Amino acid sequence: MSAPLLEIRDLHKSFGSVEVLKGVDCTVQAGEVISIIGSSGSGKTTMLRCVNMLEDFEGGSIRIDGEEIGYLTDGGRRRRKPEREIARQRALTGMAFQQFNLFPHMTALENVMLGLTLVKKMPADAARATAEGWLDRVGLLNRKDHRPSKLSGGQLQRVAIARAIAMSPRLMLFDEVTSALDPELVAEVLQVITDLARDGMTMLIVTHEMRFAFDVSNRVIFMNQGRIGEEGDPKTMFANPSTERLAEFLKNSRFS
Amino acid sequence: MESPTILELIWSARWPILYGLGTTVLISALAIAGGTVIGVGLGLVLAYGNLAWRFAGRLYTDFVRGTPVFVLVLASYYILTTIGLDLSPFQAGVLALTVFCSSHVGEITRGALQTIPRGQTEAAKAIGLGFGQTFRYVLAPQALRLGLPAWINTAAEMVKASTLLSVIGVAELLLRTQEVISRAFHSLEFYLLAGALYFAINYAIERFGSYVERRVATD
Ligand SMILES: Nc1ncnc2c1ncn2[C@@H]1O[C@H](COP(=O)(O)OP(=O)(O)OP(=O)(O)O)[C@@H](O)[C@H]1O
Ligand SMILES: [Mg+2]
Repeated sequence: MSAPLLEIRDLHKSFGSVEVLKGVDCTVQAGEVISIIGSSGSGKTTMLRCVNMLEDFEGGSIRIDGEEIGYLTDGGRRRRKPEREIARQRALTGMAFQQFNLFPHMTALENVMLGLTLVKKMPADAARATAEGWLDRVGLLNRKDHRPSKLSGGQLQRVAIARAIAMSPRLMLFDEVTSALDPELVAEVLQVITDLARDGMTMLIVTHEMRFAFDVSNRVIFMNQGRIGEEGDPKTMFANPSTERLAEFLKNSRFS
Repeated sequence: MESPTILELIWSARWPILYGLGTTVLISALAIAGGTVIGVGLGLVLAYGNLAWRFAGRLYTDFVRGTPVFVLVLASYYILTTIGLDLSPFQAGVLALTVFCSSHVGEITRGALQTIPRGQTEAAKAIGLGFGQTFRYVLAPQALRLGLPAWINTAAEMVKASTLLSVIGVAELLLRTQEVISRAFHSLEFYLLAGALYFAINYAIERFGSYVERRVATD
């Protein structure tokens, strides 16, 4: 059998003396769409950031297509890979952030093109065509020459998703991408993610939108105090949570 | 015999005044250019250096910023000689102003870089950019925009500070003006003229700044 697309083994991560991830194991096959839910501070964001090496971690391993991310072990010593190598590995995953983080001095099109020209080394024409293609996919081709300051929150997040996905990552990471949006702008962003899921994109989605998690994912992971508290298919989990914790969490979540 | 009009006076003093103006512009340009290059490097050290480098950078910056420019000018002319570094007044003056300018630009650069939200660096990393690329394409353009107003201020300060070089005998605009006055009197008129010329230089810097600011505006 081929290696899983993502394999997290016994992931440990501390901030100072506080252990935030206490041994997370998670295997993701290509094409899976996984929602990660859990209360604030349970380590959802930290887990995604470790996968993209935006955080260093002290224990465990993360593999994408069998390739170990961030660290190498030789002679029993664990060392961080060279920065160049980490930059290359980061491009294997795409990430969309709660705060969008678009580059304010570039137009929507330039935002999407930057990684294509610098990292993928595409010629400008090809990069432009690819970027326009993705902006079209998220419904913003007519806004391509706008700077971020001229776009709404929902539009910003769609550009940010286009920027990440245009790099054709193996895996997309979404960290509460609708949490900073006005309620009326949430749907347009969730629609874009749903479309990508339908196209077979492998995704890890941290979200507080329970309805969306229920609809879009093959599997739900419930994070609880730095561990995976429970996981399974959304129908079973939401209908019959097997832990007290999850039952409690679902009771306090909005399900609209 | 009729006494000459003020315009005739100025006309007869045009060469010393123009030389003075040219020297002032040259000193300022050299100090601003040198200070900016060194200062940007210094800002990088202050923002991203390891502990030892940051400490050294901080020491230099705070020391220079805490010293009056006048003292720097005198020190670089009189003290460097005692350690065998014989600089002409012009060289010593430019050195002092460059050092002064670099400490300010260093602080401006550090401030600008650290004002940029961390998410910008993270987004750049997330699409696979290395540090050099992140700096060049994502951070530097934003830092430029953030630091520009303060940089223009500093540049204007450098022009004003260049007058201090008259004390060590650099024949810049102020010293030339004083020499002219000592021969032709009419101090009020000539000082006004000098003032107008300093204003013109700083006005030009300010216009240049607004031009760049418009070019790099994000909305
Ligand atoms: N940079 C940091 N330095 C110190 N502690 C941190 C840092 N980032 C996160 N933490 C802590 O790690 C824990 C897990 O944080 P994390 O952001 O992963 O939680 P989360 O599940 O994403 O929560 P939320 O739903 O609020 O986004 C929290 O207790 C948080 O305070
Ligand atoms: Mg979070």
